[in-house]
Amino acid sequence: MRYRIKHTTRYQYSSPVSMCFNEARMSPLNTMHQTCARNRFVIHPVPDSLDKRFDYYGNQVTSFDILQPHKELSVTVHSEVQVLDHSQQSLFTGDTPWEQVRDRMQESTNPEHIILREYILPSPLIPIIDEVREYAAASFTSGRPIMEAVRDLMSRIYTEFKYDPASTTISTPLKAVMEHRRGVCQDFAHLGIACIRSVGLPAAYVSGYLETLPPPGEKKLEGADASHAWFSVYMLEDGWLQFDPTNNQMPSDQYITLAFGRDFADVTPLKGVIYGGDEHELGVFVDVVRIEES
Amino acid sequence: MEQKTEINQQSQQSQALATASGGGQSQAQNQTQGAANIAMPNVDLALSEYPQAGMGYDEMWSEKGQVNPHWRRLMGDLVELGGPEMHKRGAETRRLLRENGVTYHIYNDPKGQQRTWQLDPVPLVINNADWNAISVGLKQRARLLNLVLKDIYGGRRLIKDGLIPAELIYAHQGFLRSCDQVQIPDIPHLLLYAADLARGPDGRMWVIGDRSQAPSGAGYALETRMAMTRVMGEEFRRTQVHRLSIFFRHLRSMLAGLTAQRTEEPRVVILTPGPHNETYFEHAYLAAYLGYSLVQGDDLTVREGKVWMKSLEGLKQVDIIVRRVDDWFCDPLELREDSHLGVPGLLQAARLGNVIIANPLGSSILESPALMPFLPNIAKQWLGEDILLPSAATWWCGQEKERKYVLENMEELVIKPIDRRFPSIFCSQLSGKEKEDLRKRILSMPHLYVGQQVLSCSTAPSLRSKQIVPRRVLLRTFLTAHQGDYDVMPGGLTRVARDEDNLFISNQTGGLSKDTWILADKPVHQASLWPTIRQMDSLYVGEGVLPSRSGENLFWVGRYSERSEGLVRLVRTVLSKLADYDDYQDETDLVVLEHLLRALTHFTFIYPGFTGEEASKKLAAPHPHIMDLVLNPEHRSGLVGTLGSLLQSAYNVRDLWSVDTWRVVDDIDESIQSLTAGKNQFSTMQTELDNLLVTLMSFSGQVQESMPHDHGWFLMSMGRRMERALQLVTFIRTCFVESSGEVPEHLMLEAALVNHESLITHRRRYRSVQHMFTVLDLMLLDTRHPRSLAYQVEEILSLLHQLPNSKVANSHQLTRELRLVLQTSTEIKLAEVEKLASVSDNQGTRKSLAKLLDNVERRLEKASELLHQRYFSHTQNARQLAPMLQLELPA
Repeated sequence: MRYRIKHTTRYQYSSPVSMCFNEARMSPLNTMHQTCARNRFVIHPVPDSLDKRFDYYGNQVTSFDILQPHKELSVTVHSEVQVLDHSQQSLFTGDTPWEQVRDRMQESTNPEHIILREYILPSPLIPIIDEVREYAAASFTSGRPIMEAVRDLMSRIYTEFKYDPASTTISTPLKAVMEHRRGVCQDFAHLGIACIRSVGLPAAYVSGYLETLPPPGEKKLEGADASHAWFSVYMLEDGWLQFDPTNNQMPSDQYITLAFGRDFADVTPLKGVIYGGDEHELGVFVDVVRIEES
Repeated sequence: MEQKTEINQQSQQSQALATASGGGQSQAQNQTQGAANIAMPNVDLALSEYPQAGMGYDEMWSEKGQVNPHWRRLMGDLVELGGPEMHKRGAETRRLLRENGVTYHIYNDPKGQQRTWQLDPVPLVINNADWNAISVGLKQRARLLNLVLKDIYGGRRLIKDGLIPAELIYAHQGFLRSCDQVQIPDIPHLLLYAADLARGPDGRMWVIGDRSQAPSGAGYALETRMAMTRVMGEEFRRTQVHRLSIFFRHLRSMLAGLTAQRTEEPRVVILTPGPHNETYFEHAYLAAYLGYSLVQGDDLTVREGKVWMKSLEGLKQVDIIVRRVDDWFCDPLELREDSHLGVPGLLQAARLGNVIIANPLGSSILESPALMPFLPNIAKQWLGEDILLPSAATWWCGQEKERKYVLENMEELVIKPIDRRFPSIFCSQLSGKEKEDLRKRILSMPHLYVGQQVLSCSTAPSLRSKQIVPRRVLLRTFLTAHQGDYDVMPGGLTRVARDEDNLFISNQTGGLSKDTWILADKPVHQASLWPTIRQMDSLYVGEGVLPSRSGENLFWVGRYSERSEGLVRLVRTVLSKLADYDDYQDETDLVVLEHLLRALTHFTFIYPGFTGEEASKKLAAPHPHIMDLVLNPEHRSGLVGTLGSLLQSAYNVRDLWSVDTWRVVDDIDESIQSLTAGKNQFSTMQTELDNLLVTLMSFSGQVQESMPHDHGWFLMSMGRRMERALQLVTFIRTCFVESSGEVPEHLMLEAALVNHESLITHRRRYRSVQHMFTVLDLMLLDTRHPRSLAYQVEEILSLLHQLPNSKVANSHQLTRELRLVLQTSTEIKLAEVEKLASVSDNQGTRKSLAKLLDNVERRLEKASELLHQRYFSHTQNARQLAPMLQLELPA
């Protein structure tokens, strides 16, 4: 599937920001399932300097400074991405008992496995707390095939947690999510990762977009899409497999991957340091449009 | 609050481990006999009791019961000097260090922020052969750690090849993923390194801690040496001790060489967290000693991937940063977001190779004690060498066997986090329940913990009161990269346990240190810090560039010192008038007194004070109110408050003062102490104020005579002149704008002349005539009288001309502040003194005088404000861009 994505972020300040330093992770990744054909940043005011690099996780980072006073900052990213359908892949894999995967991760001398032990450890936004251990244990029963266990975990999060945009801020701690049983995609991804790590398996955070379709017969509204997040589990020979607990499904070709990391803190789409500004208003507009192939 | 947490992170947690257990009884008895064998010409230095106190291996006293050969000369000297003399010298070193302002901050210390660095006058002596072996071991360790650091932020072969477990790096908070692949080719990553050494019971030196991100202590070692060579100069020279300066010379040349391809004269700055940091003294001291600018995060800015220092002359590019700010806090954009100590974009500048940071960001990971047990194998694999200096025995709990050992032997171990997220825990001091909790914590996150053997480190002679006693010592050694290898400072900072059974040696609990004397085989010559063969013209790089923040502080040093001086003078004048009135009860004196007290209120800005409706009550019994505004530190603009602000501003630019100037600053501090100590003693205040005035004047004399007259001095003088002008305006306005009758005014004129040190000048000039217009002529219009208004304004004018950018860019037009002061100058020059003196209406107001004073005040204040805008860093606080929430519409 081919998509054209337009992602606009706009900050409006009540008093001028004298300068700002920023980092954006808004360039879709090139992976086995996805090719980014185009990625263009349009920034207002025009930055005084702009650099691109790849970070530790392989995400493309665009860093830019604006050194002139401004009352509005807008960053619009235009991307074009080709995605392959990979949802079928999972049907034939993941029948190893999860304990075996866990133990082989620890014993393996294969450098690729060794370095991925990083994703078993807690990360800044994902501490491993007792509540999580308990929650995970119900899915990871003795001898259960890993795929089955993770799918079970995904569907439990989907059914037992309420999706509620009002319930969470950017920094909802896992403990609060567990307690109130509600959150948004970011919280559910964090929760899934925490559970998987708590049993000794590697898991990562994925940010991206999900194509939404208007109700039949209606026209799609502009700016109606949003950015999304889900998680990924490493299953040795089967590689990284992705799970979306918010929608209880394994990502298909409707999912566009933006960045990969240990948790949200590693993949924050746009962050920065500003001087001045006082109050602000923030607007985010995302359009994911399917390009019909001729 | 924020600041404090940040700084706590910085605290040096190096703690020497020592147990009270060592020292067999039998050994001590053997040693007693040995003691009897050496001559004791002076019995009051009771060395004979030294051996009984033994606690295991001693640096000076051999197992055979003799003084080790390399200690003989020194011990002979000490014994000859005797206890009382040594005690005196100990006091002398303390005095020197205090006067030089050698301080170490202790956090959460209610007694105040700064504590004098404590020095034991008995040095630690190490012989040449022993030291050579230690140096070789240290250099090997530095080379090894450098390779480890490069690998951790490069290929990570260590992890991939299984030389260290992955979690050891990945779980460490100091592994900064944003620093990955930030490599500068051809230079070492570990540029500066310090290792804490302790000698074990076997007589070998053990490394008990590595300091790799911003090692502190080298400056204290240097200052300690300076004090020792003054107090123990004779003994020092006779003992043939290696000099320290060569190390700093190598350090300088190493830093200068880092950017050799780009520039010959790189701009090097020392980045400090600021005056609140515990080792700020050292940052300032090293900056001054090495000739680098001392900057805080706010003084730097990143533009187009390069780092610039905000200076009075605009932005100046910075090539090398020697940082004393921890990794995490250096860049709020990529590292810790809430840091106010860093520079946004700094890491990107380093990544682009536009600035070199010593040590590079991310190097704190080498401080992990968990690395220690893996180093011997890495040395073997990578260097093909056996490791020469052993590390304290350490077990990383991330490994099963090791974890089991730690849990089974907790009693004998100290439990440490791999990354300083909590302090070390001595299990022998824990209760049963605490031990159980710790065990649970270790089991839940084993890779975050190590168990380390508690090393019973050696003792060395130490002076306590008038006795020489054995105390446990710990040696911090310093290395700098140098010509493809490392260079070791021939000496170090030896820290001493305070008590016999002290388990910790830590600066945080109040440091006691001693000099470290490395004996040379042959006489040692003093090496200069500076290279000798240079052409004069290539040497001169112009005045050191002054960071804007330093400029601002100097301006305020000028203002506060003058403000304090003016306040002291006025209080003295008030006190003497008060005494006159108490003696004679003359109503005329009372009128004068009331005017002076009102002026005092205007000087201190503490309203309503002696002004307003309630004033008459206070005027009737002014004593407690005067005491209050002089002594009460809660009044920020009272005398003690102003002196406090003066000290703070002076401390903020600690690196710019000469030793003697700092001594005077210290005297000001003492004056405050003695002023506030004798509270409620009105009678002694006059004397205290006299003394304080002398100290303040010696401060201004000192800076006048010993500071180079460059931009910093211009600003300080400007502050002084502005303040003096404004105080004079206030005084004249309060006393003379409203006429108060001929007789009181006559007395007031005299008080004004006395208060402004102008009485003698006035008498010489006008003989016995004293009239309103003679006084105004002298105090307002005379451009040659250093106390007059005209004089201050002319000085300000000339100082403004000397600052950079005194003209509007690309034109000949003067800046606005210059035009304002020029206007003031002209107005004063055109003033007619008889008009100023004359009462112009039936209310008795001197309208011309009032108008002149108002104009002067308004314009000078505006000029001061403009000066701030033009030259000083009036930075806004940085904060994070508001975060976005990731939202999606469920499919």
